[in-house]
Amino acid sequence: MSDERRIAGGGELLRVEDVDVAIEGREILSHVNFRVDQGEFTGLIGANGSGKTTLFRVILGLQTVARGRVTVRGEALQRLNRSIGYVPQKVLFDPDMPIRSRDLVALGIDGNRLGFKRRTRADHQAVEEMLHAVDAQSFADRRVGGLSGGEQQRVLIAHALVSRPELLLLDEPLANLDPGSVQEIIGLLHQVARQQHVAIFLSAHEMNPLLSVMDRVVYIANARVASGTTDEVVRPDVLSALYGHHVDVLRVHGRVMVVVGEESGQSFTAASHPELVVE
Amino acid sequence: MLDWLIEPGLFANHSVDNALAVGAVVAVVSAVVGIFTVLRGQSFAGHALTDVATAGGAGAFLAGVAPLAGFIGGGVVGAAAMDVIGVQRVKGRDIATGVVLGAAMGLAALFLYLSTTHSSATGTTQLILFGSIFTVQSSTLPEVFVLSVAVLVVVAIIGRPLLLSSVSTELAFAKGVRLRAVGFVFMVVLAVSVGLSAIVIGSILSTALLIGPPASALKVVGRFGTGVAVAMALGVGATVLGVVLAYDSFYWFPSHRGLPVSFFVVVAVVVEFAVASALQRWRHSRTPTRPRVANAGDPIGWH
Repeated sequence: MSDERRIAGGGELLRVEDVDVAIEGREILSHVNFRVDQGEFTGLIGANGSGKTTLFRVILGLQTVARGRVTVRGEALQRLNRSIGYVPQKVLFDPDMPIRSRDLVALGIDGNRLGFKRRTRADHQAVEEMLHAVDAQSFADRRVGGLSGGEQQRVLIAHALVSRPELLLLDEPLANLDPGSVQEIIGLLHQVARQQHVAIFLSAHEMNPLLSVMDRVVYIANARVASGTTDEVVRPDVLSALYGHHVDVLRVHGRVMVVVGEESGQSFTAASHPELVVE
Repeated sequence: MLDWLIEPGLFANHSVDNALAVGAVVAVVSAVVGIFTVLRGQSFAGHALTDVATAGGAGAFLAGVAPLAGFIGGGVVGAAAMDVIGVQRVKGRDIATGVVLGAAMGLAALFLYLSTTHSSATGTTQLILFGSIFTVQSSTLPEVFVLSVAVLVVVAIIGRPLLLSSVSTELAFAKGVRLRAVGFVFMVVLAVSVGLSAIVIGSILSTALLIGPPASALKVVGRFGTGVAVAMALGVGATVLGVVLAYDSFYWFPSHRGLPVSFFVVVAVVVEFAVASALQRWRHSRTPTRPRVANAGDPIGWH
């Protein structure tokens, strides 16, 4: 929607144009348009089941589109583009797996390579720098399976970033984290985006923790998206148009609460869409 | 100093030399392949391949072909069958393994029955199921070494993608690892490895050498590389000890009837596992660890 204005960072990195996706005849995404700029922090906000993971799969080239196109730096997308890093949702590690944090980060460099080549001094240095960047040095030699959720998330971010992508996709990285860890991970990603000049595109069903760091929001509902700054998107008129019926946006103490009624317009209970409502 | 262990003539005996050489090489291969098998949770698939190898070995004997060719040929066919049925999918894995295992045991029963009733070779069942390392011919040694080196080279080539996909299929997929191809190559490598250990301790017991030493190693080490080294040491140790004790056992009874190598190897593997478990429990009691997380769903549909 109001996607014409450049907000921050460098030039355009990712562009999604008029994308439609249908899976088994069901419309998942319809007329999806947005862009992600270099070095920006973009949030993909939507309820569970709204199509966030499908959209990520489209960007990763794993989901074919019925219509539209996705470009990275103006070029058509290839499967598993090297300039895109990805942190999947809910990666679970066996506690007995003898893989230390630093081993997993190193596999971010060469885990996809065939042939046995000893890691170079430069590889080890890159791993060390990345462990430092995500503040994971204190548990670098511990098994990933024994770390807390927040610690594992840091290691996963380092694993994805060590191959130096320009865009980092994170699928619900804040789910299942305690509130303290949520703030830590957000602060960390914000810092990484600035220092390493990586664009962050992060999905979440809860936008409040992200309000202070998001340069741009891509709001997904009803198979469609609205994008722009939070002030441009999180408004009753924009969201009502997106949902196709009346939506209220309440701002309380710097927090945003989106109240989505039923299509009949009768029940305005927040409980009907609890994932869009804060506290 | 080791006179009590090493009976006179041990190293002068040619079949003992062969047994020690073959046993050590096969133990190293089993340790390397086994550690990935344990990490990938494919121990059951590994065991099913031993049953397929049994059918292959029995069929080879019936057809007058070398048992090693039958063990390995059977295993590779079994690996391919499991891949077709769906060993790559988490839910398909147990089904594929179970179906192949059942079919293989049926064939093995048929072949062994035919071998023992239609020929005079009464020791076939014992030889195929429980191994006969002392009867390994010198002419088989080059084949065993070449196949062992081939397995180690292939594992080294697919090592990193294999390790990453063993740690997390999601992360490997995100990095562009071809999960299906890597998984299939590993199954073939596993089949060859099982075939090799079948000639040492028999097809039925090759699971012990494949899974035992790596599982023990993983209980006590913190690093993958150390785990491989410890698993090799444990496997070679158990095999060499098994060969030596089996040779010794010839002198234990007045009847001069030795006990089988396989028995001693398996006992050594089990003792190693018990010691490793005790060591792990002792460490756990000193350092409390976080609770385990159960495996959750597969939201992005990698499988």
